[in-house]
Order: sequence, then C-alpha cells, then structure tokens
Amino acid sequence: MSITLKVNGKTHSVDVDADTPLLWVLRDELRLTGTKYGCGISQCGACTVHLDGSPTRSCVLPVQSVGDRSVTTIEGLESPAAAAVQKAWAEMDVPQCGYCQSGQVMSAVGLLEQTPQPDDDAIDGAMRGNVCRCATYQRIRAAIHRAAGELEA
Amino acid sequence: MNTPVDDLLLANVSRRHFLKGLAAGSALVLAARWDLALGEEEKEYGADAMPHGWVDDPNVFIRIDADGTVTVTNHRAEMGQGIRTSLVMVAADELGADWDRVRVEQAPADQEKYGNQNTDGSRSMRHWFAPIRRAGAAARMMLERAAAERWGVPASECHARVHAVVHAASGRELGFGDLAAAARELSVPPRERLELKPQSEWRYIGEDAGPAYDVKRGSVVRPKAIDGEDIVTGQAVYGADVAFEDMLYAVVARPPVYGAMLRSVDDGEALKVPGVLRTVEIDGTGQPAGFKPLGGVAVVAENTWAAIQGRKALKIDWNLESAGDNAAYDSKAYRKQLQQTARAPGKVIRDEGDIESALADAAERVSATYYMPHMAQAPMEPPVAVARIVNGRAEVWAPVQNPGATRSGVAKRLGLEPEDVTVNVTLLGGGFGRKSKPDFAQEAASLTKAFDGRPVRVQWTRDDDLHHTYFHAVSVDRLEAGLDADGRALGWRHRTLSPSIGSLFAPDPEHIAPFELGQGFNTMPFDIPAIRLENPEAPAHVRIGWFRSVYNLPHAFAIQSFAAELAEAAGRDHRDYLLELLGPSREIDPRTFGDQWNYGENPERYPIDIGRMRAVIEKATAEAGWGRDLPKGRGLGLAVHNSFVSYTAVVFDVELGDGGGLIIHSADIAFDCGPQVNPERIRAQLEGACVMGIGIAMQSEITFSEGRVQQDNFHQYLVPRIDRAPRETRVHLINPDSEAAIGGVGEPGLPPVAPALCNAIHAATGRRIRRLPVGDQLSA
Ligand code: FES
Ligand code: FES
Repeated sequence: MSITLKVNGKTHSVDVDADTPLLWVLRDELRLTGTKYGCGISQCGACTVHLDGSPTRSCVLPVQSVGDRSVTTIEGLESPAAAAVQKAWAEMDVPQCGYCQSGQVMSAVGLLEQTPQPDDDAIDGAMRGNVCRCATYQRIRAAIHRAAGELEA
Repeated sequence: MNTPVDDLLLANVSRRHFLKGLAAGSALVLAARWDLALGEEEKEYGADAMPHGWVDDPNVFIRIDADGTVTVTNHRAEMGQGIRTSLVMVAADELGADWDRVRVEQAPADQEKYGNQNTDGSRSMRHWFAPIRRAGAAARMMLERAAAERWGVPASECHARVHAVVHAASGRELGFGDLAAAARELSVPPRERLELKPQSEWRYIGEDAGPAYDVKRGSVVRPKAIDGEDIVTGQAVYGADVAFEDMLYAVVARPPVYGAMLRSVDDGEALKVPGVLRTVEIDGTGQPAGFKPLGGVAVVAENTWAAIQGRKALKIDWNLESAGDNAAYDSKAYRKQLQQTARAPGKVIRDEGDIESALADAAERVSATYYMPHMAQAPMEPPVAVARIVNGRAEVWAPVQNPGATRSGVAKRLGLEPEDVTVNVTLLGGGFGRKSKPDFAQEAASLTKAFDGRPVRVQWTRDDDLHHTYFHAVSVDRLEAGLDADGRALGWRHRTLSPSIGSLFAPDPEHIAPFELGQGFNTMPFDIPAIRLENPEAPAHVRIGWFRSVYNLPHAFAIQSFAAELAEAAGRDHRDYLLELLGPSREIDPRTFGDQWNYGENPERYPIDIGRMRAVIEKATAEAGWGRDLPKGRGLGLAVHNSFVSYTAVVFDVELGDGGGLIIHSADIAFDCGPQVNPERIRAQLEGACVMGIGIAMQSEITFSEGRVQQDNFHQYLVPRIDRAPRETRVHLINPDSEAAIGGVGEPGLPPVAPALCNAIHAATGRRIRRLPVGDQLSA
C-alpha cells in the first residue's frame, strides 16, 4: 500500500506493506542507510531515529503508525545539540567500528535536548538501550559531557 | 608511479632478511643487521611466513594526483581497530604528506598484488609497519629525485617537507602535486638505498596528545581518524549499505543443528507473503564446515522485511541424522563430561620436574576447576553480503576480515577462477573473529547465481548470528598445585579441555592444536620446579571459531584465577605472590616450553619477556593504589597475561552493592605492545577490550540444548551496556620509545580482564568465581 512519510523535512511516498518497520523503509526503500539494523526487537538502539524530536527505535515501529509525525535520521540531524554531539564524537575519537554510532548520536542528542547537563547516571540511563559491541562507552560518556559543556558555553 | 619494482629485489632471501633488519628502526641498524642476516638459513616468521607475504612497492600503495591529493591504499580490513587511519599515518609520515590532503582507498581482495590481507591475529601493524614505511620512503625519494631533475641539482640537496620538496640552497619549492607526474616515471629506489626518516622527524607516528577521554583537555592535535566524520553523519558504508537498483533481498533458514541437512521444504505460505519472489535451496556442506555455508533455504524478496516474514512461513523438515550426536548436544551435560574427563590424565604437553612427588610432598595442596562457556562474537553488524555476476565475472561486497579466503571461496562455489571474482571490502561493523569466516559471502554468491547474476543481498538477522556463528570454544580447566610450608609453589598441574578450531577444517582432532596451546597454555611462564601440562580430549559439536583473543581467554582466566587462589592459600599478597611465581626478569625462548608457534613470530625477536610482564603488573598496581585501605565489601583484583606478543595487566576496584549488584569503580590497565604508532587508538582498543571482558566475566553465555542454541537475541545473549563500563578507566601505555619489536593491540587487552574482575570480586566479597559468567552467583 502507498504510505506518505515525512523524513528529514522531505515528503516521500512509499509502496510497502503497512506492517513494515520504519527501519526497513528507510534502509531499503529510501536508501537512508545511516540508520542501522542490529537486533530488530528494540534491544540495541542501532536503528534509533527521532520521531517529532524524540529518540525512537525504528525497527519495531510499523511504518503505518508514523502518521504525520516527522522522522529525522542521522542524515538529517540538524540542531545545536546535534552539532555539538557530532563534533565531540569526532574530536574524542568515540567511534571504533562505528556501526552503532548513528544510534548513539541520535540517543545522545535526544538526551541533551531534554537534559542539557546530564550527570553520569543520567547518561547511563538514557544510553543504556544503545549497545556498542566495540564498547566505546567510556568515550560516549566523556563526549556527552564535552558536548554539554560546549552547549552551555 | 607505474614502474614495476625490480623483481630481483623480491627474491626470497632478500625479502625475508630485509624485513628482519628493518624493524629495528634506523637505517644504520638496518645495514648492520642486513649483513648479519645474510647467509643465515632459517624458518620464516612474521609477515614473511604469511601466505603472499608482504609488498612494499610504493606504486601499489601510494598515488599522488596533480592537485596534490595523496591517496593511500589500505589493504587490511577495518573493523574498529583503526587500521585505515594508523597504516595511512605511517605512509603519510614517511612520505612527508600533510594529513589534511591524504585520503584512503580500500583495496579489493588481491593478495598477489597487496600481500597478505587476512586481518586477524592482531597482526596488521606488526606485519605492515615496516613495508608501508618503506613504500612511503620510496615515494618520497622519487619525488625528491623528480624535483632534483627539474632544478638540475643533486637529489641529495632536495628534501621533502610538508607536502612539498624544497631546495634549501636556492629557496625553491615544488608541491607534491607538481612533481607527481615526473616522479611516476622514475624507478623505485632499491630497498638497501632507502632513507627512512629518523624517529625525531615523525609528525604522526607515535604522536600522543594524551587520552581523548580527558574531557577537560583542550584542542585535539593528533591526526583525525579517517572515517570519523563519515561515521557520525551516517555516511560510512558497511556491508549492508551497499545497494543496487534491481537488487534482491534474502534471508536464509539454516539447519538448526551443526551437520543437519535439508530434507524437504514447503514454501507455499512463504510465497504468499507480499514481496516474496522465490525460495532457493542453498547446498549444505556437512562437517567439517570450513568457511562453506551451512546450507538451507533462502527466501528471496523485494525487501528485507518481506524476506524475514517469508522465512517465518516456511515449513522445513530437517534431516538430523546427518548431524550425528550433535543433535543431542547439551552444553550443561557437556560441562559435566569435560569436568569428568579432567579428572584423568590427558595428552602430555609439558612435563618438567617430578609433578607426582611435588604434589605428594606438598605441605598444602590446592585444586580448582574453571569453566568458560560458549560465546558468540555478535558484532553489531551481523554478517551480510551483496553479490552479482556480470559477464561471467562475480563481484562481492562484504565486511570480511579475510578477503583472500572470501575470493577463493566464492570462486570455488561458482566454478570460476579467483581472477574472475572481485571482492570489495566494505567497512566492518565489528569483526571479533566472526568475519574471518566468510560463509555469508558464499551464500550471496550462490543466490546471485540462482538469479542469473542479478544483485542479491543476504542479510543475517541477529537470531541467525547467535544461532549459527562459529562459536567460541567452551572450556574446562583443572588446576592443582602443591605448596611448601612457606607457601611457595613446588608443583603445578594444569589440564585444559576445549574443542579445537581444527575441527572446522578436518576430522575432529579432539585435542587443541599447537596454535591453540600456544595461546597462554604451554607458554605459562611461572618459575615452578615441577610443571605438568596436559590436554585431555574434548570433541566438537558445533562450529568452533575464532573469537577475539581466542584460547587465551580460558587459559588466562584459569591460570590467573588460580594464581590468586594460591596466594590466598599461602596467606600472601596477590601481587607479591604473582611476581614471585613469575620469577626474576628474563627472556624465555617459547620453544623451550614446546611452543614452536609464538604467534608466527621469531622467538628471538619476540621472546616471552618476564621483565615486561613484571613491569605491567607494577604499573597497573601502582596506578590503582594497590594495598590501600578499603572499606568492607570493596576490593582490588589483579591479573596479567601476555598474548599476541604484547603484555597486559589489569586491576579492578569493585564493590558489592545492595542487592548483589557489582559496582566497578575503576579499571587500571597497563599495556606494553612495544613501539606505538597510534597511541590514542591503542587506548581505545584497551578501553573496549576492558568492557567486553567485563561482559565475558559477568553475563555473556551461549548454551545448547538438543544441538540448538537457546539464545535468540540480545535479551537473552547479554552483552555489556554503558552501565557496565567502569566510571574510571585508565590506560597506561608502557615503553613508547622502546626498541622492542611491535606487538599486537586488538586482542591482548581482553584475556586478563575476566580473571582480574573475578579476583576483585573475591577480594571484595570472599566469593571465588570459577564458572563464567558470574550471572546471579553473587546474589545467590
Ligand atoms: S535494531 Fe532496533 S533496537 Fe536493535
Ligand atoms: S563502535 Fe563498533 S559497535 Fe559501537
């Protein structure tokens, strides 16, 4: 069936089964491959996108239930918090293999937009859903602090 | 730069002796060693001993365009270890290039052209620092010669500075881009005339701006990671990101038990799923599986989701008979079986002194049995590959650690010559040994063939990954020691039991192979009068394969836990006791332990160095404040291990929280891998290994029942999340300027983590963990 979607500020019309998770629509239909598959059951966070600004696991979100909410993927991320997070990530060499990092960045931006100065507990709480098998967690924490500092300045 | 390197220089003798000399670092030493080495007839080691060896032709690795852009070809797989940055740093530094004008190109599989590409064993920098340095130096000298000819001055007066060649006397200067075309026409300077930069002139190699995790530190001055920006903006291309307009999407239903075969399939319901096009049988390969696919039924569809839905609707009858007793494999029963076998003597691996009387005469006897379960590597990117066939030539895109084996495997599967197969290596979303086994690329090859060459992507789901990986070997280690009245160890008996990776390639040997024994078992370096090491049999019932640091994991866990148990029995401080077990600083030739393997390295250049082992222990304990007063319920734990010719010691500071939860306050990691090319990336590898090791200790376990894996996804196969990461992780790099040979980095950080953590748990709680993972043992 034909479904209309607003992704990164652009309206797309896709012809897919209504139950198809948003993840596969982004990846297979729209070729927005920055959003990754890691588990398919909301356990790893690799597929995190923003739905009207809040971090959401796209692997368990049927595309028909997106409605007219706007979807932002890593490719369309644009905000002061996003810029600060991406800069801190690159400067502190957070990524190792990098596969999980789109999801990590989406979650971190979501966190800073809600909680501008999170402490370690708040970071762990917000980022717990994002698995990094390379285990870049120490740097993720540090980079969030750094981005928070930059946003405050 | 198209001039072929002088073939004479590639003659075997020159090749191997040249490399050996070079690693010492300066041209002077090189010349001396070069003379010394000639005439020696000996076994090949290091990169010389790898299939297709090494290549140092600048024309293969370095291209300079007229606009000055320097393109370095990286032929090793990038999986997070940072080789695309680090190896390029080496080339750029020796060349004299400006980092901001250097880019990297990923080489396809072509070992004849590039040399060995098998990215495992923590070998990339160890084997490639010297050849890539030489390639950079040769290219620099060609640019200098091109400038000299242009200006009509002697080449010795022309020197490459940052991205330009300068003639100091006349103040003239030409950019690399201006010289590129002329330099390309020149012959490559012979190896013995290469002038390598002295370390004092390096600008990138070894550059250390201090730990990036220090939030308060100011601007970052080291070379930027090559893929960093692409990754944080979602532009980096992994295996699953390769797509074609007319591409099909496949998932495969594989036999649930190792060795089972397809009997029949009813795909009627599957074909009714919208988007599903066809099902295709993939030939099974039985045992031993090697890198060949397990076989099964592929559901091919217009998108990934339809393929997954279609697979759910398949009705498959598997023939379990061909799996033999694998169909009854039960990991709990297997543990008991190994524990039972461990009670009797096994194949003798090392036998020094009189173990029987050492144990019989002991004032105190200590024994313990340790267990480590199967685990899955579970890289965040599950296996995935894209393949197509155009005009009889196959093309593959895949995240593979072993491009060479991918190419030959795909060629064989399709009945093509390797020359007719192109393997494009994408970024790997993690490897950890899983992607050394390119079975998934062969699946994609079979599927594109079934669709007349149309591009097909085969995607493994997480369930597929956990159910059908090449599992880390389960293991039982039984140790027994006799102490004298002063607590000194007189005798040490260790039996290690685990299925061998050898079972993947040949009839099950039921004993581990030399390269598995050499991972910390027969190389156990304690200075004890009587030592007996045995390896009783342990059959394989699943595909066993490499997992980051491999058999070092169980060996380090058992030996380092047991050393702490002995210290306790002796009433001694664990660090002091461990240092005494190691004995005085000395270099041990691993061959004296019966280890001819030594990670493929020359035992004279890479001996087991007890001094370095002691040094990492001393550093980690000093930094962690070993011996300080701690409140009740809190403790420090230590472990040390050498692997991949590097040395790691770890100290954890832990506390038992309310409700049995473990709080890991800090980790101090001392690491010595010899000279460091990219210190910041080394720290990152150690930080990651630390947390992965915490997961191995605390929670990661694959179990089997009736031959089937019982964990489907990350809700059951637990891997560490951010709250498992210590709040403080300090990596202490030792010996950055050492003249020692380069050691491995990706793996050696992992083995000591689990025993250090379990030793810390013991210090904090009095509980000795002998069965991993810890799971709920602390609250029980
Ligand atoms: S893929 Fe969505 S949470 Fe893992
Ligand atoms: S960086 Fe590799 S999974 Fe996170």
